[in-house]
Amino acid sequence: MLNQPARSLGVHIILIAYSALALGPILLVVMNSFKARNAIFGAPLAPPNATTFSLVGYAKVFKASLIGTYFANSLIVTLVSMFLVLLFGAMAAWALTEYKFRGSTALALFLSIGIMVPIRLGSVAILKMMRAAGLNDTLTALILVYVAQGLPMSIFILSEFVQQIPKDLRDAARCDGVPETRIFFEVIAPLLRPAIATVAVFTIVPIWNDLWFPLILTSSDSTHTITLGVQQFLGQYITDWNSVLAALSMAILPVVAIYVIFSRQLISGLTAGAVK
Amino acid sequence: MAGLHIDKINKSYGPARVLADIDLSIVDGEFVVLVGPSGCGKSTLLRMIAGLDAPTSGDIFIGNRLVNALAPAERKIAMVFQSYALYPHMDVRKNMTFGLKFTGVEPSERERRVAEAARMLRLEDLLGRYPRDLSGGQRQRVAIGRAIVREPDVFLFDEPLSNLDAALRVSTRVEIARLHRLLGATMVYVTHDQIEAMTLADRIVVMNQGQIEQVGKPLELYYTPANLFVAGFIGSPAMNFFPAEVESIEGDKVRAKGPTIARVTLPAGSLTRGSKLTIGVRPEHLTAGAPGDFSTTGAVELVERLGEASYAHVRRADDKLMVAEIRGRDTPAPGQTVTFSAPAEDVHVFDEAGRRL
Ligand SMILES: Nc1ncnc2c1ncn2[C@@H]1O[C@H](COP(=O)(O)OP(=O)(O)OP(=O)(O)O)[C@@H](O)[C@H]1O
Ligand SMILES: [Mg+2]
Repeated sequence: MLNQPARSLGVHIILIAYSALALGPILLVVMNSFKARNAIFGAPLAPPNATTFSLVGYAKVFKASLIGTYFANSLIVTLVSMFLVLLFGAMAAWALTEYKFRGSTALALFLSIGIMVPIRLGSVAILKMMRAAGLNDTLTALILVYVAQGLPMSIFILSEFVQQIPKDLRDAARCDGVPETRIFFEVIAPLLRPAIATVAVFTIVPIWNDLWFPLILTSSDSTHTITLGVQQFLGQYITDWNSVLAALSMAILPVVAIYVIFSRQLISGLTAGAVK
Repeated sequence: MAGLHIDKINKSYGPARVLADIDLSIVDGEFVVLVGPSGCGKSTLLRMIAGLDAPTSGDIFIGNRLVNALAPAERKIAMVFQSYALYPHMDVRKNMTFGLKFTGVEPSERERRVAEAARMLRLEDLLGRYPRDLSGGQRQRVAIGRAIVREPDVFLFDEPLSNLDAALRVSTRVEIARLHRLLGATMVYVTHDQIEAMTLADRIVVMNQGQIEQVGKPLELYYTPANLFVAGFIGSPAMNFFPAEVESIEGDKVRAKGPTIARVTLPAGSLTRGSKLTIGVRPEHLTAGAPGDFSTTGAVELVERLGEASYAHVRRADDKLMVAEIRGRDTPAPGQTVTFSAPAEDVHVFDEAGRRL
């Protein structure tokens, strides 16, 4: 048994090392995106200074590509998917915990299988399906796939939280004459806010970062997402590192912004005062 | 305004029978208190009246209307929960008006009702506060206010005061009694607390293991408990029980004897020689020293002094403890052997099956 200070020191060293490992590459990308090409290769670990500072990467990205479109596509796909995952996830979590109907257990089991099976295994089938449905090369296709990908986990996490909401609240609302749908949207959903924020963060990061499904499901420039858009600067023979790094740096921003917004909701104790 | 009629209600969860053939009629404006040990089905019965749970069989009428198939809101009931169950993300005003939106009450009427309830419950200054910023007593008043604004025919309370401290319990109890007088509505109230039951109730329903043991006015239950269960449940400290057997019948007097009883003389009824009995005497009816129709002897083991009275815990001949209430300053010392007695009118007699004779 280690004594308290030694243990806390150990924990901190591990956490600091992990943070450095996780943040290092991101810092490197952002730093180098503000440097001239020579400086990127000359001293990749040095921060930009007066002589090496350059915005050439950003200038090229804005001039030479449809970065605005890519950004918009990524945002649309991510936000719409997130919204649907949260809405359907919370509704399903509520229904599965609250209403016992024939097959509800089987349904819950079926949904939890989705957590274990990676959706990419079905890539070929998904591609065929989207072709058949005429959804090939549309953002709708991406959204559908991401909703399917995000739902199982979101239902799983939200169910846990739904179970913690005091049953008396629902009963009180029923006695008050509140219709069932309103009970969900106006009593239960507001209390799920911290959980929903957590799930939102879990949901959007993989969607925003995904390269695979845009690659197989979209083919035209107008439906590319930012992750796919960056690829055009990566050539087989020459890679425009300034642009790649600039585009990647910008791609980080929305995720950070969304995280900041939701992390303010990640406060628990919202139910304080409901009971007792 | 409406009475309540419960007809042969049964409730089973799987094989477990939680309520068995409950019959109960409550007249309009009556205050009925349900008491009973934990798990006896009080909450279950209340939830069934509210429509939150469906009975396995049986009918519920509210004001001559069969409500079995009606949703809680259509039954014109309002329920106050032990946990208050306030909507945490709504302020006090919103908590009270939220339900009214859905039952077709005009906004101006909503405001009028909230103002009236707030005045009645002294909540005027709290209308803008959130539940998390209220004390326990204030939360409970808001919960009651939320019930009042619905203007229900029947109020249902499930242990509304059990999360409050002792002083607040007393004041809120008085408040509820006042509300009942003011509104004149039918109220069904579940509690563990005897004092609440005795003080609030027009009639008390004593339940045990899913069945009704006795229904009666508070003093009826106290003075003429129908069976051993009610006798032991109503009154605090609980009634002392003594096993006995009829020894002789002389005219209209019966003499019975037991291992712990020196003497008991009872009015003759349907008793025959050799009948096994249980004799019950409340602690407050036992007197030290004086002769009486009933007498028993034991060694004082412990004396609890409460101020206005003291409770002597006395070890009987059969090694069980009994309790006697002693008024005044002279309390027996521990170790002392004392004879206690009681007049015949304070002696309860139960037959072998536990029924009152
Ligand atoms: N959903 C349920 N499934 C199975 N058994 C249940 C369910 N709800 C209640 N019971 C059982 O029914 C019995 C009565 O419960 P109930 O809550 O009505 O008791 P109570 O008299 O209100 O007790 P307390 O005074 O502790 O509140 C208990 O034995 C309980 O275990
Ligand atoms: Mg209960």
